Amino acid sequence: MNSKIMELNKVEVWDGNMAATQAMRQADIDVVAAYPITPSTPVVENYATFHANGYIDGEFVMVESEHAAMSGCVGAAAAGGRVATATSSQGLALMVEVLYQASGMRLPMVLNIVNRALASPLNVNGDHSDLYLTRDSGWISLCTFSPQEVYDMNLCAFKIGEHMDVRLPVIVNQDGFLSSHTAQNIYPLQDKEACDFVGEYKPLNAMLDFSRPVTHGVQTEEDWHFEHKAKQHDALMNSTKVIAEVFAEFEKLSGRKYNFVESYKMEDAEIAIVVLGTTYESAQLAVDKMREEGIKAGVVAIRVFRPFPLKEVSDMLQNVKAVACMDRSAPGGSVGALYNEISGALFNSPARPLLSNIIYGLGGRDMTIGVLCDIYRDLDAEAKAGKLNGSIQRFVGVRGPELKYYKV
Amino acid sequence: MLEIRWHSRAGQGAVTGAKGLGSVVAETGKEVQAFAFYGSAKRGASMTAYNRIDDKKILNHEKYMNPDYVFILDPGLAYTDDITANATDETKYIITSHLSKDEVIAKIPALHGIEDRVFVLDCFTIAQETIGRAIPNTPMLGAFMKVSGMFELEYFQNAMKSVLSKLPQKIIDANMVAIERAYNEVH
Repeated sequence: MNSKIMELNKVEVWDGNMAATQAMRQADIDVVAAYPITPSTPVVENYATFHANGYIDGEFVMVESEHAAMSGCVGAAAAGGRVATATSSQGLALMVEVLYQASGMRLPMVLNIVNRALASPLNVNGDHSDLYLTRDSGWISLCTFSPQEVYDMNLCAFKIGEHMDVRLPVIVNQDGFLSSHTAQNIYPLQDKEACDFVGEYKPLNAMLDFSRPVTHGVQTEEDWHFEHKAKQHDALMNSTKVIAEVFAEFEKLSGRKYNFVESYKMEDAEIAIVVLGTTYESAQLAVDKMREEGIKAGVVAIRVFRPFPLKEVSDMLQNVKAVACMDRSAPGGSVGALYNEISGALFNSPARPLLSNIIYGLGGRDMTIGVLCDIYRDLDAEAKAGKLNGSIQRFVGVRGPELKYYKV
Repeated sequence: MLEIRWHSRAGQGAVTGAKGLGSVVAETGKEVQAFAFYGSAKRGASMTAYNRIDDKKILNHEKYMNPDYVFILDPGLAYTDDITANATDETKYIITSHLSKDEVIAKIPALHGIEDRVFVLDCFTIAQETIGRAIPNTPMLGAFMKVSGMFELEYFQNAMKSVLSKLPQKIIDANMVAIERAYNEVH
């Protein structure tokens, strides 16, 4: 634990960036190497302030780019330390090369991604373009829907990634501005409680252990590369056991329960949307409105984006008649990622709900409760008609002529 | 659910004010939300900040709001911003201006006929004379306490002391005077 304790109130009013930083501070990190970028800048600023004020015993390294930030993290993690950083959007894009090194080298670390659109056109607001950019990077990817969850998932992330059965880096996603710059009630753990939960860092094949010299980041051609990548995938797939254990332990400590797939009023839902990010919470208000209108709506959100909870999400959607998979990212010439994942999840199951893909909220475009209600009403109409209304994919909330693709 | 929209220029302390109000209210056991939209706006640019206050957990993440209160922290924005956007028949407006209430309302057609829901004070002069800088956020909150009756003046001042605790004592004391003056001067 850091030598200087910060006394926290039972309830604090923090935005998502502060929530991430406080969890990082409590996790007693050895090295943070970071380069600020909107909207994750305050994570780096807050952390530097805590460091300057003596609340952090570890190192804080200011680097010249995000590529260097992630490289610094890889170096420090290979050396045998607990490591974390934060970024967004273009910064994440610059980190991508090193993301694959971190996961391939099986180096645990925590990366806070404050989700933001990718240029061009330049845009600092929230969407999930950068989240999707990390899809195949081999990291565990956790999603949060409020500042409280950012705090909670950060504490869980260290414990999951560093577990000896996992040893993988972990991303914690939060929506740019809608979570990162939105201050809400947070019920934090005190420093000792949080630090004890995360636990002491246990190095594995540390480069600074001179009694046992090791090599990291080697070259393997056709003779061994496949075996390495297979083992990496196996570790990622089997991390579900540890994730479940950590979530259960966190619930005991905090009373807050987390699941691989979160849902609201799905028990008797006839129509549903599947989302990521803060939209999950807003959609609950829309669900309540729909139920007043007699429409049995529900909402499903993916908490653990990687490893993808294929079975859990499929189970959740077995009894619905129509589902809209909502992607907050430009799909780049196909259906959205979430649509693909959900289709794949359902294909080997008995359920055959109508499945549509909605593209929404790019570059921070507001998703209102009113629009969510309209989406539910459309879904209800489709469910009653027994067929999709003309196409699989459509854009919602965009100006100009209606955009629909993949006619049915 | 109580909802507030702040019209401000970046640098006038709307975000700090919204978060400060949130912190004070959260201590009373309520759930709060404070956020702002400024993109990459720089000091002086028009921006809006928001508060939501409720008895239960706040799940709403839409920017859209039908505000119960609208705070205008810069006199010019009363004329150039759409301050009555998405308002209800009960929305109350607190406007900072060196002009009198009648003069302010006369120049803003959207406020005609709802004079009883418009409140005016000069946060700039109050802040300048007490804190020594024209930062209108704490006087605005003092005025809000008077108009809304949310908290007694003394309770609010004490709560704000802990929000401002990182500032020098002299500045905290000046803010207390500013809050009290605003409380008494808004009409």
